[in-house]
Order: sequence, then C-alpha cells, then structure tokens
Amino acid sequence: MATVTETTHGPHEGNGQYPPHPEGVIGGSHDLRTLGDKIATVVTEDETPRGWWIWFALGFGLLNGLGIALLYLFYAGVGIWGINQPVAWGFAIVNFVWWIGIGHAGTLISAILLLMHQKWRTSINRFAEAMTLFAVACAGMFPLIHMGRPWLFYWLYPVPVNFGMWPQFRSPLTWDVFAVTTYFTVSLVFWYVGLIPDLAALRDVGRTRLQRTVYGIFALGWRGSAWHWRRYEKLYLCLAGLGTPLVFSVHTVVSFDFAVAIVPLWHATIFPPFFVAGAIFSGFAMVIWLAIPLRRIYKMHDFITDKHLDASAKVMLGTGMLVCYGYFCELWMAIYSHSIYEVQTSMERMFGPYGWSYWALLTCNLVIPQLLWIPRLRVNEFALFAIATFVQIGMWFERYVIVITLTRDQLPSSWGRYAPTAWDWLTLAGSFGLFLTAFTLFVRFLPMISITEMRELLPARQGGRDGHSVMENAK
Amino acid sequence: MSTTQANGAAREYDPIDPSEGLYGLMAEFETADQLVAAAQAAKQAGYDRMDGYSPYPVAEVADAMGFPRSEIGAIMFIGGLCGATLGFLLQYYLNGIDYPLNVGGKPFFSWPMFVPITWELLVLTASMSGLFGLLALCGLPQPYHPVFNVPQFARASRDRFFLVIEAVDPQFDPQRTREFLATLNPASIAEVPE
Repeated sequence: MATVTETTHGPHEGNGQYPPHPEGVIGGSHDLRTLGDKIATVVTEDETPRGWWIWFALGFGLLNGLGIALLYLFYAGVGIWGINQPVAWGFAIVNFVWWIGIGHAGTLISAILLLMHQKWRTSINRFAEAMTLFAVACAGMFPLIHMGRPWLFYWLYPVPVNFGMWPQFRSPLTWDVFAVTTYFTVSLVFWYVGLIPDLAALRDVGRTRLQRTVYGIFALGWRGSAWHWRRYEKLYLCLAGLGTPLVFSVHTVVSFDFAVAIVPLWHATIFPPFFVAGAIFSGFAMVIWLAIPLRRIYKMHDFITDKHLDASAKVMLGTGMLVCYGYFCELWMAIYSHSIYEVQTSMERMFGPYGWSYWALLTCNLVIPQLLWIPRLRVNEFALFAIATFVQIGMWFERYVIVITLTRDQLPSSWGRYAPTAWDWLTLAGSFGLFLTAFTLFVRFLPMISITEMRELLPARQGGRDGHSVMENAK
Repeated sequence: MSTTQANGAAREYDPIDPSEGLYGLMAEFETADQLVAAAQAAKQAGYDRMDGYSPYPVAEVADAMGFPRSEIGAIMFIGGLCGATLGFLLQYYLNGIDYPLNVGGKPFFSWPMFVPITWELLVLTASMSGLFGLLALCGLPQPYHPVFNVPQFARASRDRFFLVIEAVDPQFDPQRTREFLATLNPASIAEVPE
C-alpha cells in the first residue's frame, strides 16, 4: 500500500524539446519554470524595453492634457464644451458608452470564454481584465465631470444627507450608477483573485528585497495549499458565473439610458442586445490593439500566438455582424412602424447634416471588417491592427450618431446643431492618456499574462494539466 | 523557528512528543501526478492532517485529502440573497415610504423598476462575500507560516509540488513518517520547524 505506482510521466527537464501544442495556444518548448520566468522577468528585471517608454510617454503626455482639460472645466464649468439644448449630453455620453463597451471584452474573455471551455482565453485574460478596469475607470469619469458639480457625486448613492432627499430609483441613470459601480468592483475582485497566486510567484522569484516585500504583502501569504486551491477554484468559477450575466446587465442598463427615453430611434427594444454586441465588438478591437504591441515589444509570441489573433478577429467579425443587424433592424422598425417621427429621424440620420457620420459608421463597422473573412489577414499584425482601428472609430461614431439624433427630434422648432469644442477633443484624448498610462504601468509592475493559469495550460508532459480545469474541478 | 510553541493537539496526544517544535515533515515532488499519488498513499496509510502545495490547482490532491467540496458556493449564495433582499427593500423604503416620489404617476411600489438595482446589488454582495469568505476560510492574509521556513519551499510557486504531513496528526512520528515519505520517491524530505 505504501508503494507508489510509477507516475504517468517522469520528471520533466528544463529546456527540453516538446512537440507543438495541439491547439496552438502556446508555442515554444516551455516547462513550468521557463514559462513563469518568461512572464515574471518582465516585471522583475531592471531594464524596460524602449517600446514601453514610447507608449508610456504618449499616455503620460495625453494624461497631462486631461489634467489641463479638467482643471479648466472645474474652473469654468461645462459651458466650455459643445453641449447645448437640444444636445445636452454630447461627447461625455459618447465617450462614456464607448469606453465602457471596450471594457466588456475583458469580462467576456475572462468569464464567458472560461465557462465555454475556450483554452485560448488563458493567455489574454489577465491584460484584458486590466483593460476592463482601466476602461471602466475612463468611462466612469465622463458622467462625473458632466455633472457640473462633480464634488457632489455622492448624491447619486443613497447616502443620508441633511435635506432628506433620496436618489430616484426608477431612473435608468440611477441604475447606471449601481451597474457601473458594481461592474468596476466585481471586475477588480475577479482580477485580484486571479492575481493572488501570481503575486506569490513574484514574491518567490523577486530579485530585490523591495519586490519580495511588496509582492509578498499583496500575495497575502498565499502558499498554494490544496485546501486553499479548492476554495479558490470554486470562487473563480462562481465569479465567472456571476460576471457573465453582469456584463450583459451592465450594457443593457447603459442602453436603457437611451431606450427608456421617447426620442425617436432611441425608444427601441433592439437596444440592449445591440449595445452588448457592439460592446464586445469594440472591446475585441481594443484587445487586438493591446495584444499586438505587447507581443512585439515583449516577444511574447509563445503565449500570444497567431491562434489568439485569429480567434479575436473571428469574434470581432461575428459581433460586427450582430451590430450591423442592429443597424438594419433600426431602419426596418422605423419604416414598419409608419411613425412619421421614426421615418423622419431615420432620413435625417442618413441624409441630414450629420449624415456623413452615419456613413462613416457603416464603412468602419460593416464594410471594412468583412476583410476578416480572409484567413491571411486575421493573422497579419498590420492588417489586423488597422482593421481594429477602423472598428474603434466606427464604434465611437455609432454612439455619436445615436447622441446626435437629439439635434432633430419631433418638434422642428427645437431643432439645433452640435459641434464639439477643442476642450471636448482634449478630454477624449486625455481619457486615452489615462488608459494608456494605467495600462503601461500595469504591464511594468504586474504579470501581464497569468503565470498560474498558463502553467495549468501546459501539456502534461511539460509539467502542466492540459488546460484550465476550473470548469471540471471547481467543487 | 520558535521551538517553544508546541501545537495544542499534539500535546494532548503525547505529552513527551519528540516532535516538539516541529510543524511537520515535508516531501518534495517533481510532478503533480507524484503529489497526487503521494497524497492518496498518505491518506491510505492513515494520515489525516496534511496538506499539499502546488504552483497551480491540482484538484485530485484536495480530493485525496478528504476535502470534497468547498463552502464558497453556499457563502456566495447566502451573501447574494441578503444583498438582493436588502437592496430591494431599500429602494421601496426610500422611494415609496420615507420620501414617496411620484414619477409619471407610477405606483410607489413599482417593483419592476427596482429589478436592475436589485440584481446589481445581488452580484456585488455575492462577489464580496465570496472574496471575504475565501480570505476568512483560508486564514489570509497570513504573512507567517511554518512551511516558508524550508528553503526548497520557494519553488512551491514555481515548479515543485510538496506534501506536508503535520505533527498534529495522531499517526505522526518523526521517524516512521519520514520512512513512509521516503517510500513515495520524493526529490527531498525536510523537517518543517514550527
């Protein structure tokens, strides 16, 4: 009884040669140690690649622009923007919806693809989740600064204040507050729970005392105990299970901001699914934007393989088609309803003063992504990056087109025009700076790819468990 | 490190325990499968108080040690239920009773309008109770643990797998347990000081 049967495979040796991964989700000849070291040295080494400095400098420069824009905004008020009556929302809501949509791809990758047993999610889920956090932070900023008196933002929550007023819980804008707050908090929890074992790994390979101390503090004394892993995997699975409906609910609530209003073309039941598809569409464009420089700068081709680019491109193509179905559905509903307001607003949208933005949107979201049917382009870094750029622009225009609908609603006497000012543009560019600065700092100080989950993903002969087993083993 | 703190359970079992000041014995393995086999063998040999350590989750180890199901699911369910209930009642109380708000002539108890926030609070409280449940059950944060005293253990987050049979186990005997661990073909065996 005390004898041990021979293990299915012997001790693995470092730097061995292994056959390619059957699904192509991990390249090179890695074992547990080389894989961890490859990811961890990005964080522990002194040297920072030049590419990182370029992105950081760009982001930090733009972040300073945001600082200037906000300082002047708080001094002068929201009148420095192009907002007016009838377009009271303007860039703030366009940017809010755009950024929060980008965030949703991170949750899709980390939660939904986990539940769907997609192994390729493993190498991109960490930085995609970080993208979610920073994108939601950028998104959350816009409604706050649009309030006019942002220092009173806590009135949005049911905080007992001396005049005895409470938030209006029947308003989608209040739902938004709870949805975005919950989304940010839960994303942060999911991200941090995933990071704990990696922080423990960094604590144990840290080069300097400072690294070992700081990572050690945040690792909370994690020691990889089997008892802890059991609870950890269960929590991870439950968070993924909650995160999946959460991401749908958050963007549904965002779409309610529009759909609950009675503005023509806003008051439509297609909005929630249409918004969710658009969110994932633009979010995957952002994942591609991040994955391609990351793998070039850090030579992560072993972990972010062509398979990942190909799969992301396919998701982008698929969700893009859903979004375009939404565009046609809007038009169809307008015609079929025989409502003069719906028809009139549709005509204005296509041929009115802002018609160019509608056609720009269709070009970017409908026409150009069709190039992704060509398999060669799906793995071509330059082509994919360019297509993702068009998708980002197109999805930004989508929200612009929706918001600009306000210029011409039911009553011609209240029609107006809208034009953003330089401060609008600076704030938008500055939000990019916030995102880029946060993201580059994340890449520098935290493992951009999950070491623990990648080790599980390694084939058994390389020391792993042939994939992320949380679905099978979480109990 | 400190040898004065013998574990309470061990003292009850044997007042003149030679394992005084010893947390347990640690065997090091090179693969996850070896650790699984070792945990199963140790369980069969009658050991009860042990733990396996690995750089990534190996579910079979927890199975072998007799921890078939974690408590996290129940904790999250109860947390979510409480959050959703309180969130729903909060909205009704604030907008319906404490400061009745007439919006578009809707009834004060317009419950469908309260569903989105109820749902968001369900997710929020379920996730937070899961996180705090994990930390509480695992006793984290825990900066000091005896296993960290063993130098090889730094590889537990890298590429090695460890089985620790703890001195509090009634079967534990420094000599016999070491002999037992040696039969498991480990890469090394180390004493874990308290």
